[in-house]
Amino acid sequence: MSDRLSVFKTYKLYVGGKFPRSESGRVYEVTDAKDNWLANAPLSSRKDARDAVVAARKAFGGWSGATAYNRGQVLYRVAEMLEGRREQFVREVAQAEGLSKSKAAAVVDAAIDRWVWYAGWTDKIAQVTGGANPVAGPFFNLSSPEPTGVVAVLAPQDSSFLGLVSVLAPVIATGNTAVVIASEKAPLPALSLAEVLATSDVPGGVVNILSGRTAEIATPLAAHQDVNAIDLAGADEELAKELEIAAADNLKRVLRPRPVDFTETPGTERLTAFLETKTVWHTTGALGAAGSSY
Amino acid sequence: MASAPAFEYAPAPESRSVVDIAPSYGLFIDGEFTDATGGKVFKTVSPSTEEVLSEVAEASAEDVDRAVKAARKAFEKWSALPGAERAKYLFRIARIIQERSRELAVLETLDNGKPIKETRDADLPLVAAHFFYYAGWADKLGHAGFGAEPRPLGVAGQVIPWNFPLLMLAWKIAPALATGNTVVLKPAETTPLSALFFADICRQAGLPKGVVNIVTGDGRTGAALVAHPDVNKVAFTGSTAVGKAIARTVAGTRKKLTLELGGKGANIVFDDAPIDQAVEGIVNGIFFNQGQVCCAGSRLLVQESVQDELLDALKRRLSTLRLGDPLDKNTDIGAINSAEQLARITALADAGEAEGAERWSPACELPGAGYWFAPTLFTNVTQAHTIAREEIFGPVLSVLSFRTPDEAVAKANNTQYGLSAGIWSEKGSRILAVASKLRAGVVWSNTFNKFDPTSPFGGYKESGFGREGGRHGLEAYLDV
Repeated sequence: MSDRLSVFKTYKLYVGGKFPRSESGRVYEVTDAKDNWLANAPLSSRKDARDAVVAARKAFGGWSGATAYNRGQVLYRVAEMLEGRREQFVREVAQAEGLSKSKAAAVVDAAIDRWVWYAGWTDKIAQVTGGANPVAGPFFNLSSPEPTGVVAVLAPQDSSFLGLVSVLAPVIATGNTAVVIASEKAPLPALSLAEVLATSDVPGGVVNILSGRTAEIATPLAAHQDVNAIDLAGADEELAKELEIAAADNLKRVLRPRPVDFTETPGTERLTAFLETKTVWHTTGALGAAGSSY
Repeated sequence: MASAPAFEYAPAPESRSVVDIAPSYGLFIDGEFTDATGGKVFKTVSPSTEEVLSEVAEASAEDVDRAVKAARKAFEKWSALPGAERAKYLFRIARIIQERSRELAVLETLDNGKPIKETRDADLPLVAAHFFYYAGWADKLGHAGFGAEPRPLGVAGQVIPWNFPLLMLAWKIAPALATGNTVVLKPAETTPLSALFFADICRQAGLPKGVVNIVTGDGRTGAALVAHPDVNKVAFTGSTAVGKAIARTVAGTRKKLTLELGGKGANIVFDDAPIDQAVEGIVNGIFFNQGQVCCAGSRLLVQESVQDELLDALKRRLSTLRLGDPLDKNTDIGAINSAEQLARITALADAGEAEGAERWSPACELPGAGYWFAPTLFTNVTQAHTIAREEIFGPVLSVLSFRTPDEAVAKANNTQYGLSAGIWSEKGSRILAVASKLRAGVVWSNTFNKFDPTSPFGGYKESGFGREGGRHGLEAYLDV
């Protein structure tokens, strides 16, 4: 039995709910912390990035229009699916980040719990960040948060799974759709997460995951006119500046990189970074103007 | 039947004697008026007469540096002051603005060219209200939802436009000071005077030196301020092109940035709209402040079945608008702010005609001196026309039609901008459904161009990011 030859997995991209190879046909070698070969991951091209944006845009209407309750259920479903594949992710994270089994298990548990945390936020953030404004006139004036649109996410380079989940979940919790660039050195947990998302009722295109050279994929995304925002978590200082300059072309919302301890419970920063505030003035008329009261 | 001619009105000018404009003004740095290094000055003129009102110092990069240093020095004490004390300074400022509001309204009308009716009844009341509103936040920041003890950012560099000079100053300075920041503000080149009068109000209020600094100048002064390495926060209101340049400048720094930029607001009139009210709203939407409003309703989207009726009523209404002396209390349409802006409006309107749209203006005599543009309406406009896509920032309305609510939403959202929109309908469910689909930061239903200090204002997409006004407006000046 121990002689049995195991079946390798071909790691693929996740775009529009499907699992394509890179259109470029390119792959790169992914190794574990000790430089042992793990897999050949797709080396995404600019064209893959653009395809992912098209898929994300197509999914935006449905996902942003879904009820907050529904989005919460879907995010919770991701946690459920991950829990069932916990052993797989413990193994992949241990290999990717060179962690002991118990440390990798703690990372995976925290990532599962993070999905649960953000699942609970979907139908609460509007009450925390929005509300009625007491304007001086006969108007009902209401501010509500709305998702920004398509968000490019440069996942953290070091925390290949917990970091990834910590930056992805808040983006989609509020109804944005995402194009994620996985950790360049350790993309496999991200590519495996795609399999979980595909079986978690997350509509195709809401999350798109690309692997490859971060700078190569991020550059066209930062300049893309149909991307509304960019999270630079996975960029070093020099790349972050370059991308922020490119992002100014269509005034993308930019979340600059800064050190984050992903084991800590997050605040609302990553939720609000990709929200717009819409304020609607409704005329109320003036019942009782003649002196009657109700 | 020809419509009755407008009544002849006797002139009813507001008195200029209420305001005393000095022949020259320096920069306001560290609580003192000072000349620009090198002594450069520029003139500011009244756009309705081209009369020179005063000479103003042109701040160099060196002057900007002096102002930032003064603001930095003042920051330590100002930010350490108990919130309740900062609040009292702001309440004082709000009160002094109320006391001096007629003087400031006349001044603003002279320097900007907008009708006294607007400065007196819209700009100034909103300026005072804005300071009053943010004054009350200064000692309540821990309850605003940004953590128990949110910290200020430091020195804010603020660059404001010429369309609402003093109101934009209030939108910038009030939240910045309430949260404990100090500021260096650059007013627009063509409308520097009300900011300099505000400096005097700061002195009357006893505001500590260096908390507010005013540097006058053109785009180069603004660029120096935005690029200054010791500025922690940049806030800009103005054109989208300059906004993008500023975003590039601050890239790679730790400066927090908020931008309030251009717009091409859609004003959508459905077949069940109250037509007379809608006409008033359309007029207010595009002719308020001569259309020089970033959130102007510059695209009228009207449902086909009521298009003829609406346009007839609109043209009748436009024929009654009174254009002329901005100081006259009966004036509806004042002067365009500058020769440069007039040239831009003229070029875009000409492009509309050249591209085949049908141009209409009411009979309207323009004064000989000054910068003037008659209220203008374009029909037969398609989405491809320049006048349907580019911000004109003038009294020019482009009319497009639609058949279904879906088409209205698609056309309204078909723009790089996302600042404002209007909906006219008597049907509540339709209003709510359409409002939720519009990608715009401010939506007015059965009204237009309403502002309030408690109401967050700002754009989606290329209209910028960040919000001014309300609790949301605090975030731009807090380290969160």
